[in-house]
Amino acid sequence: MLNPDSVGRTFEGADSITVTQSEIDAFCAVIGEGDTSVAPPTFSIRISLEQSQSILSDPTVGLDWRRVVHGDQKFEIFSPIKGGDTFSCSTTIESYRVAAGNEIVTVRSDLKTESEIALSSWSTLVVRA
Amino acid sequence: MIEIGTALPEHVFTVNRELLKAYADASGDQNPIHQNEEFALSVGLPNVIAHGMLTMALVGKYVTDWAGGSSNVTHYGARFIKPVIVPADTDVDLTVTAVISAVENGSITLDLTATSAGVKVLGMAKAVVKK
Repeated sequence: MLNPDSVGRTFEGADSITVTQSEIDAFCAVIGEGDTSVAPPTFSIRISLEQSQSILSDPTVGLDWRRVVHGDQKFEIFSPIKGGDTFSCSTTIESYRVAAGNEIVTVRSDLKTESEIALSSWSTLVVRA
Repeated sequence: MIEIGTALPEHVFTVNRELLKAYADASGDQNPIHQNEEFALSVGLPNVIAHGMLTMALVGKYVTDWAGGSSNVTHYGARFIKPVIVPADTDVDLTVTAVISAVENGSITLDLTATSAGVKVLGMAKAVVKK
Protein backbone atom coordinates (compact mmCIF):
# COMPACT_ATOMS: atom_id res chain seq x y z
CA MET A 1 0.00 0.00 0.00
CA LEU A 2 1.06 3.53 -0.71
CA ASN A 3 2.20 5.52 2.31
CA PRO A 4 -0.59 8.12 2.78
CA ASP A 5 1.98 10.73 3.87
CA SER A 6 3.36 10.77 0.33
CA VAL A 7 0.13 12.03 -1.25
CA GLY A 8 0.49 15.66 -2.27
CA ARG A 9 4.26 15.52 -2.07
CA THR A 10 6.55 16.51 -4.90
CA PHE A 11 9.69 14.46 -5.38
CA GLU A 12 12.66 15.85 -7.22
CA GLY A 13 13.90 13.34 -9.77
CA ALA A 14 16.79 13.49 -12.21
CA ASP A 15 18.22 17.01 -12.25
CA SER A 16 19.65 16.71 -15.73
CA ILE A 17 18.27 14.48 -18.47
CA THR A 18 19.35 15.20 -22.02
CA VAL A 19 17.18 13.96 -24.88
CA THR A 20 19.25 12.76 -27.81
CA GLN A 21 18.25 13.14 -31.44
CA SER A 22 18.70 9.40 -31.92
CA GLU A 23 16.06 8.67 -29.23
CA ILE A 24 13.62 10.96 -31.04
CA ASP A 25 14.53 9.38 -34.41
CA ALA A 26 13.89 5.86 -33.04
CA PHE A 27 10.53 6.84 -31.55
CA CYS A 28 9.47 8.58 -34.79
CA ALA A 29 10.50 5.56 -36.88
CA VAL A 30 8.15 3.25 -34.96
CA ILE A 31 5.08 5.40 -35.64
CA GLY A 32 6.08 6.36 -39.19
CA GLU A 33 6.77 10.02 -38.42
CA GLY A 34 9.14 11.51 -40.98
CA ASP A 35 9.63 14.89 -39.29
CA THR A 36 12.07 14.37 -36.44
CA SER A 37 12.74 18.06 -35.77
CA VAL A 38 10.56 17.88 -32.65
CA ALA A 39 9.52 14.89 -30.57
CA PRO A 40 6.02 13.41 -31.04
CA PRO A 41 3.49 14.40 -28.33
CA THR A 42 3.83 11.18 -26.33
CA PHE A 43 7.63 10.86 -26.53
CA SER A 44 8.16 12.16 -22.98
CA ILE A 45 6.49 9.06 -21.52
CA ARG A 46 9.84 7.28 -21.75
CA ILE A 47 11.25 9.81 -19.29
CA SER A 48 8.22 10.35 -17.04
CA LEU A 49 7.30 6.70 -16.42
CA GLU A 50 10.86 5.82 -15.48
CA GLN A 51 10.94 8.78 -13.07
CA SER A 52 7.57 7.83 -11.59
CA GLN A 53 8.62 4.21 -11.22
CA SER A 54 11.76 5.09 -9.33
CA ILE A 55 9.94 7.47 -6.96
CA LEU A 56 6.81 5.40 -6.37
CA SER A 57 8.77 2.18 -5.82
CA ASP A 58 10.89 3.79 -3.12
CA PRO A 59 10.29 1.87 0.12
CA THR A 60 9.14 5.06 1.89
CA VAL A 61 6.36 5.49 -0.72
CA GLY A 62 5.66 1.83 -1.14
CA LEU A 63 3.83 1.28 -4.43
CA ASP A 64 4.11 -2.23 -5.90
CA TRP A 65 5.16 -1.39 -9.47
CA ARG A 66 4.97 -5.03 -10.59
CA ARG A 67 1.18 -4.92 -10.35
CA VAL A 68 0.74 -1.52 -12.01
CA VAL A 69 -1.62 -1.08 -14.97
CA HIS A 70 -1.79 2.20 -16.86
CA GLY A 71 -5.28 3.67 -16.47
CA ASP A 72 -5.06 6.95 -18.32
CA GLN A 73 -2.53 9.43 -19.58
CA LYS A 74 -2.57 13.13 -20.37
CA PHE A 75 0.02 15.55 -21.72
CA GLU A 76 0.17 19.33 -21.66
CA ILE A 77 2.95 20.53 -23.92
CA PHE A 78 4.14 24.10 -23.46
CA SER A 79 7.23 23.76 -25.58
CA PRO A 80 7.90 20.77 -27.88
CA ILE A 81 10.93 18.62 -27.02
CA LYS A 82 13.90 18.75 -29.39
CA GLY A 83 17.07 16.70 -29.64
CA GLY A 84 19.72 18.09 -27.29
CA ASP A 85 17.20 19.56 -24.82
CA THR A 86 18.12 19.11 -21.15
CA PHE A 87 15.49 18.90 -18.43
CA SER A 88 15.16 18.50 -14.71
CA CYS A 89 12.30 16.28 -13.58
CA SER A 90 9.90 16.29 -10.69
CA THR A 91 7.03 13.98 -9.83
CA THR A 92 4.03 14.91 -7.68
CA ILE A 93 1.64 12.36 -6.23
CA GLU A 94 -1.59 14.27 -6.86
CA SER A 95 -4.22 11.82 -5.69
CA TYR A 96 -4.68 8.38 -4.22
CA ARG A 97 -7.69 6.22 -3.51
CA VAL A 98 -8.54 2.58 -3.04
CA ALA A 99 -11.50 1.12 -4.93
CA ALA A 100 -12.48 -2.56 -4.76
CA GLY A 101 -9.03 -3.32 -3.38
CA ASN A 102 -7.27 -1.63 -6.30
CA GLU A 103 -5.04 1.32 -5.51
CA ILE A 104 -5.51 4.23 -7.91
CA VAL A 105 -2.72 6.80 -7.98
CA THR A 106 -2.44 9.90 -10.13
CA VAL A 107 1.04 11.30 -10.60
CA ARG A 108 2.09 14.47 -12.39
CA SER A 109 5.51 14.67 -13.98
CA ASP A 110 7.03 18.00 -14.91
CA LEU A 111 9.96 18.44 -17.28
CA LYS A 112 11.62 21.77 -16.69
CA THR A 113 14.27 23.71 -18.55
CA GLU A 114 16.33 26.17 -16.48
CA SER A 115 13.58 28.75 -16.43
CA GLU A 116 10.25 27.11 -17.20
CA ILE A 117 8.11 23.99 -17.47
CA ALA A 118 8.29 22.53 -20.97
CA LEU A 119 5.84 19.71 -20.43
CA SER A 120 3.55 18.34 -17.74
CA SER A 121 2.05 14.89 -17.93
CA TRP A 122 -0.42 13.04 -15.74
CA SER A 123 -0.52 9.26 -15.39
CA THR A 124 -3.21 7.37 -13.56
CA LEU A 125 -1.75 4.09 -12.38
CA VAL A 126 -3.86 1.27 -11.03
CA VAL A 127 -2.24 -1.26 -8.70
CA ARG A 128 -4.33 -4.37 -9.11
CA ALA A 129 -5.54 -6.05 -5.95
CA MET B 1 -13.84 22.92 -43.06
CA ILE B 2 -12.92 23.71 -39.47
CA GLU B 3 -16.15 23.93 -37.52
CA ILE B 4 -17.70 22.10 -34.61
CA GLY B 5 -19.06 18.73 -35.69
CA THR B 6 -16.76 18.29 -38.69
CA ALA B 7 -15.60 14.67 -38.98
CA LEU B 8 -12.01 13.98 -40.03
CA PRO B 9 -11.14 11.15 -42.44
CA GLU B 10 -10.60 7.71 -40.95
CA HIS B 11 -7.11 6.25 -40.86
CA VAL B 12 -6.20 2.60 -40.24
CA PHE B 13 -2.85 1.72 -38.65
CA THR B 14 -1.52 -1.84 -38.77
CA VAL B 15 -0.36 -3.32 -35.46
CA ASN B 16 1.58 -6.57 -35.19
CA ARG B 17 4.15 -8.25 -32.93
CA GLU B 18 7.01 -6.68 -34.89
CA LEU B 19 5.67 -3.20 -34.14
CA LEU B 20 5.29 -4.07 -30.44
CA LYS B 21 8.94 -5.12 -30.28
CA ALA B 22 10.02 -1.94 -32.08
CA TYR B 23 7.96 0.21 -29.69
CA ALA B 24 9.35 -1.64 -26.67
CA ASP B 25 12.87 -0.84 -27.84
CA ALA B 26 12.12 2.80 -28.69
CA SER B 27 10.17 3.52 -25.50
CA GLY B 28 12.13 1.40 -23.03
CA ASP B 29 8.92 -0.41 -21.93
CA GLN B 30 9.94 -4.08 -22.07
CA ASN B 31 7.00 -5.43 -20.04
CA PRO B 32 6.62 -9.06 -21.23
CA ILE B 33 2.82 -8.75 -21.60
CA HIS B 34 3.61 -6.90 -24.84
CA GLN B 35 5.94 -9.54 -26.29
CA ASN B 36 5.62 -12.93 -24.63
CA GLU B 37 2.40 -14.85 -25.24
CA GLU B 38 3.01 -17.43 -22.54
CA PHE B 39 3.57 -14.70 -19.96
CA ALA B 40 0.52 -12.69 -21.13
CA LEU B 41 -1.72 -15.74 -20.78
CA SER B 42 -0.24 -16.52 -17.34
CA VAL B 43 -1.43 -13.13 -16.01
CA GLY B 44 -4.93 -13.63 -17.37
CA LEU B 45 -4.74 -11.70 -20.64
CA PRO B 46 -6.37 -13.14 -23.79
CA ASN B 47 -3.06 -12.85 -25.70
CA VAL B 48 -0.16 -10.42 -26.11
CA ILE B 49 -1.51 -6.84 -25.93
CA ALA B 50 -0.16 -3.63 -27.39
CA HIS B 51 1.31 -1.01 -25.07
CA GLY B 52 -1.42 1.52 -24.26
CA MET B 53 1.20 4.16 -24.99
CA LEU B 54 1.83 2.66 -28.45
CA THR B 55 -1.88 3.05 -29.19
CA MET B 56 -1.67 6.62 -27.93
CA ALA B 57 1.46 7.26 -30.00
CA LEU B 58 -0.27 6.06 -33.19
CA VAL B 59 -3.43 8.05 -32.50
CA GLY B 60 -1.07 10.97 -31.78
CA LYS B 61 0.42 10.49 -35.26
CA TYR B 62 -3.10 10.79 -36.69
CA VAL B 63 -3.50 14.07 -34.77
CA THR B 64 -0.13 15.54 -35.75
CA ASP B 65 -0.65 14.63 -39.43
CA TRP B 66 -3.88 16.62 -39.41
CA ALA B 67 -2.39 19.43 -37.31
CA GLY B 68 0.59 19.94 -39.60
CA GLY B 69 3.25 18.58 -37.26
CA SER B 70 4.10 17.54 -33.72
CA SER B 71 4.81 21.10 -32.61
CA ASN B 72 1.13 22.05 -33.06
CA VAL B 73 -0.21 19.73 -30.36
CA THR B 74 -0.66 21.40 -26.95
CA HIS B 75 -2.83 18.89 -25.06
CA TYR B 76 -3.43 15.19 -25.55
CA GLY B 77 -5.05 12.66 -23.26
CA ALA B 78 -6.87 9.34 -23.20
CA ARG B 79 -8.09 6.59 -20.96
CA PHE B 80 -7.11 2.98 -21.68
CA ILE B 81 -10.42 1.12 -21.65
CA LYS B 82 -9.68 -2.09 -23.61
CA PRO B 83 -6.43 -3.62 -24.85
CA VAL B 84 -5.41 -3.96 -28.49
CA ILE B 85 -5.00 -7.74 -28.74
CA VAL B 86 -2.14 -8.86 -30.98
CA PRO B 87 -1.96 -12.60 -31.80
CA ALA B 88 1.25 -14.02 -33.34
CA ASP B 89 1.77 -13.63 -37.09
CA THR B 90 -1.31 -11.44 -37.39
CA ASP B 91 -1.89 -7.85 -38.46
CA VAL B 92 -4.61 -6.21 -36.39
CA ASP B 93 -6.14 -2.82 -37.10
CA LEU B 94 -6.11 0.37 -35.09
CA THR B 95 -8.81 2.47 -36.71
CA VAL B 96 -8.88 6.16 -35.84
CA THR B 97 -11.45 8.86 -36.49
CA ALA B 98 -12.05 12.29 -35.00
CA VAL B 99 -14.67 14.99 -34.72
CA ILE B 100 -13.97 18.66 -34.07
CA SER B 101 -15.60 19.46 -30.72
CA ALA B 102 -14.38 23.00 -30.01
CA VAL B 103 -12.80 25.91 -31.87
CA GLU B 104 -11.51 28.90 -29.94
CA ASN B 105 -8.67 31.42 -30.13
CA GLY B 106 -6.77 29.43 -32.75
CA SER B 107 -7.07 26.18 -30.80
CA ILE B 108 -9.08 23.24 -32.08
CA THR B 109 -10.21 20.35 -29.89
CA LEU B 110 -10.51 16.93 -31.50
CA ASP B 111 -12.59 14.15 -29.93
CA LEU B 112 -10.82 10.99 -31.01
CA THR B 113 -12.16 7.48 -31.47
CA ALA B 114 -9.84 4.47 -31.67
CA THR B 115 -11.01 0.90 -32.24
CA SER B 116 -9.33 -2.43 -32.87
CA ALA B 117 -11.26 -5.43 -34.21
CA GLY B 118 -14.38 -3.31 -33.76
CA VAL B 119 -13.76 -2.72 -30.03
CA LYS B 120 -13.25 0.79 -28.66
CA VAL B 121 -9.81 0.86 -27.00
CA LEU B 122 -9.49 4.48 -25.83
CA GLY B 123 -11.99 6.47 -23.79
CA MET B 124 -12.23 10.26 -23.37
CA ALA B 125 -9.53 10.67 -26.02
CA LYS B 126 -9.00 14.33 -26.84
CA ALA B 127 -6.32 16.49 -28.34
CA VAL B 128 -5.99 20.25 -28.63
CA VAL B 129 -4.06 21.57 -31.59
CA LYS B 130 -3.04 24.95 -32.95
CA LYS B 131 -4.01 25.33 -36.59
